[in-house]
Amino acid sequence: MEVQLSGPLRAAVGNQSVVSVEARSIRELFRTLSERYPEFTVSIANGVAVAINGNVYRDDWSTAIPENAEVVLLPRIQGG
Amino acid sequence: MTDSTSFTNQKFKVIGQRVRRQDGMDKVTGRAKYGADAVAPGQLVGVILRSPHAHAKIKKIDTSRAEKLKGVKAVITSKDLPDYTNGNRDLLSMLENCMARGRALYDGHAVAAIAAVDASTARKALKLIKVDYKILPHVTDVDAAMQEDAPVIHDWVRTIGVEPAPSKASNVSMRSEFGHGDVDAGFAKADVIIEKSYKTEQTHQGYIEPHACLASMSPDGSGELWVTTQGHFAYRNWCAQLLGLDMSKLKVTSSEIGGGFGGKTHIWMEPIALALSRKANRPVKLVMSREEVFRASGPTSSTSIDVKIGATKDGRIVAATSECRYQGGAFPGAWAVIGAMTSFACYDLENVKTVGYEVVCNRPKVAAYRAPSAPMASFATESTVDLVAEALGMDPVDFRILNAAKEGTRASYGPTYGPIGIGPTLEAVKKHPHMRAKLKKNQGRGMACGFWFNFGGQTSCTINVAADGTVNLSVGTIDVGGSRSSLSMICAEELGISYEQVRTHIGDTAALAHNDMTDGSRGTFASGMAAIIAARRTKEVLKLRAATAWEIPVEDVDWQAGYAVALGDKHSNLEPLSLADIAANTENTGGPVAGHNEFVADGAGVSFASHICDVEVDPETGSTRVIRYTVIQDAGKAIHPDYVEGQFQGGAAQGIGWALNEEYIYGEDGRLQNPGFLDYRIPVCSDLPFIDTQILEIPNPNHPYGVRGVGETSIVPPLAAVGNAVSNAVGVRMTHVPMSPPRILAALEAEA
Repeated sequence: MEVQLSGPLRAAVGNQSVVSVEARSIRELFRTLSERYPEFTVSIANGVAVAINGNVYRDDWSTAIPENAEVVLLPRIQGG
Repeated sequence: MTDSTSFTNQKFKVIGQRVRRQDGMDKVTGRAKYGADAVAPGQLVGVILRSPHAHAKIKKIDTSRAEKLKGVKAVITSKDLPDYTNGNRDLLSMLENCMARGRALYDGHAVAAIAAVDASTARKALKLIKVDYKILPHVTDVDAAMQEDAPVIHDWVRTIGVEPAPSKASNVSMRSEFGHGDVDAGFAKADVIIEKSYKTEQTHQGYIEPHACLASMSPDGSGELWVTTQGHFAYRNWCAQLLGLDMSKLKVTSSEIGGGFGGKTHIWMEPIALALSRKANRPVKLVMSREEVFRASGPTSSTSIDVKIGATKDGRIVAATSECRYQGGAFPGAWAVIGAMTSFACYDLENVKTVGYEVVCNRPKVAAYRAPSAPMASFATESTVDLVAEALGMDPVDFRILNAAKEGTRASYGPTYGPIGIGPTLEAVKKHPHMRAKLKKNQGRGMACGFWFNFGGQTSCTINVAADGTVNLSVGTIDVGGSRSSLSMICAEELGISYEQVRTHIGDTAALAHNDMTDGSRGTFASGMAAIIAARRTKEVLKLRAATAWEIPVEDVDWQAGYAVALGDKHSNLEPLSLADIAANTENTGGPVAGHNEFVADGAGVSFASHICDVEVDPETGSTRVIRYTVIQDAGKAIHPDYVEGQFQGGAAQGIGWALNEEYIYGEDGRLQNPGFLDYRIPVCSDLPFIDTQILEIPNPNHPYGVRGVGETSIVPPLAAVGNAVSNAVGVRMTHVPMSPPRILAALEAEA
């Protein structure tokens, strides 16, 4: 699966905007990225949201990632 | 079914009605208790000494004379707030913002605090504290702070997101970039390219209730805090972490809230009140003055933004870029990143690139303000969109409709949109009678659209059924805009009972599991979803109790319109049992009846709005009056239409004030010149026309009722809608917010 990264998250994976990862859930995706790119753990601590087929998930790492899903990693932002 | 959060197109009896609000009577009669209304036996009055300097080293603080004054019970400085943050830079910044640690970083930064038996003693003691400052160079302007020769505020700040990683400190804490396609190739195809720079000044949320709390610490390490806040669980967690307390031993109770708009999602003086109470061994009440609210709470960013848009003759945007420079106050923040994400979120663009720079300045630490960072980015984008339409000779609404994002559009910030409402809001603008109303001399019309994300987050709630069949719903999301009534409606809808049978309360931090703050327009969305699930679980308990009473299998019981009904001919002799019937006999059927839910409410749908504004500008004075204003926004599903309309109107009113009047004005000395509502003017009723509203309902597929958050989006378009209207009225493009009379006159003179 191709995972797109936006904004400041690209720096944590060697300034790439797309990385290939096999993962069936957000938890597995984060674990895989952290193993491959140790700096990504800092990104997770700062907050990462995951858009799966356009729906943004900010918290629940158990969320399943369907096959061929569009996955975009976004910085977790604040609201008012 | 019970826990499903998917949209089902359910038919409603209670949802969509305009019922009487549950907090109304107490608020209009003065019975409602706000932050400053909490009292405790033996309470002291807390006051804070604040820096008069924009940037200064604190060489020495002598508190000895204050401590000796009769009636003074505690004096604290940063020495009384040891660092428990364990290397967490964000937490340390929070602590340092509450009380300066060796340096004052902005005018108004707290340097010491006192608790005394009364206010006059406390204020007298403040004057006895002697602070020896060494004044340091300061910078308050976002562009100036980015210059090579600017005074560097923190020697530990390195710009994240640039290659190679800098070895030198600067005031730029982060660069972020979004987009897709090839903007250079896109601009090469353009027939028209407009490039423009914009500035917006710093504004405050302007909530009427100042920050206030009552703190009471016991010598055993437990404590209580009564406080006005948008998130009492977050306040508890932060205060406990900063003071070295066990979270479970600090109980935080939220008061009614007199406005927050993001400003009460951060702690400012609550740890100070707790630390004073701990030292004095007495309860301490701390209430900010209006001047303190302006100088030392969290306004929004001032910004400097460049936008470039290219389009072909047929009206298609072929490339767009923006560079967003956001001032975040005295500590690194993440505000420009949101500006960069929202800049072009309304449009379907093949080639787009947005960049954000986070800039540290000697100003108060910036806080969220209703759709934080989006209004400024929208001002720059939507002003430029109007200019491109004008250059192409196209109607600005038609131009926007042609380029609007739709289902399947890849958003400029990354993901592909599902069903969204920007197109329908623009079509509604096109058809609205407001657009056909005639304008007079010196009047102008403008429109603009806007976007906001909306959040969900951690949520819990409990439903308790009383013995008479009435119901309490306890939630942990603060009610900032009427959510208690909306949540009661949801609970009544699910249980099949009347709205009047349900009363919703905000539980304290010891009564419920964690709830995220009421931000990101999540209150009714997230707690509503939690309440639906809790109510459905309650119905399952009620069915079981009826089955127990009837001595029949629960599978033979259904819940219909507030009654347990026994299904099938073999049970035709059993009269339906109402909720009250079941509630009256719970001791015989298994004990109290309750329903709970603890979950993460992900899947909040994005929200769009389009606004129309008419203004009249006096060319002699530059004074502007908004004469007509219309808000059209997608709500997904309006639970209580009055509240939805109120959110639309409130956001528009705040945006109009921001567009025309509101501004933090700093002197050369870095001191805030206008920390009060006389010199910082928010709009009042007589300044505004009735704000017309139109609710669109494009269901969010991730909510059982289709709800989207509605609280924030309405502040996004006004800066640009007003800006386009003023520019059309005076014939000069306005690029600096607020468009105050002096700025309009200066623009007219420059054009003449």
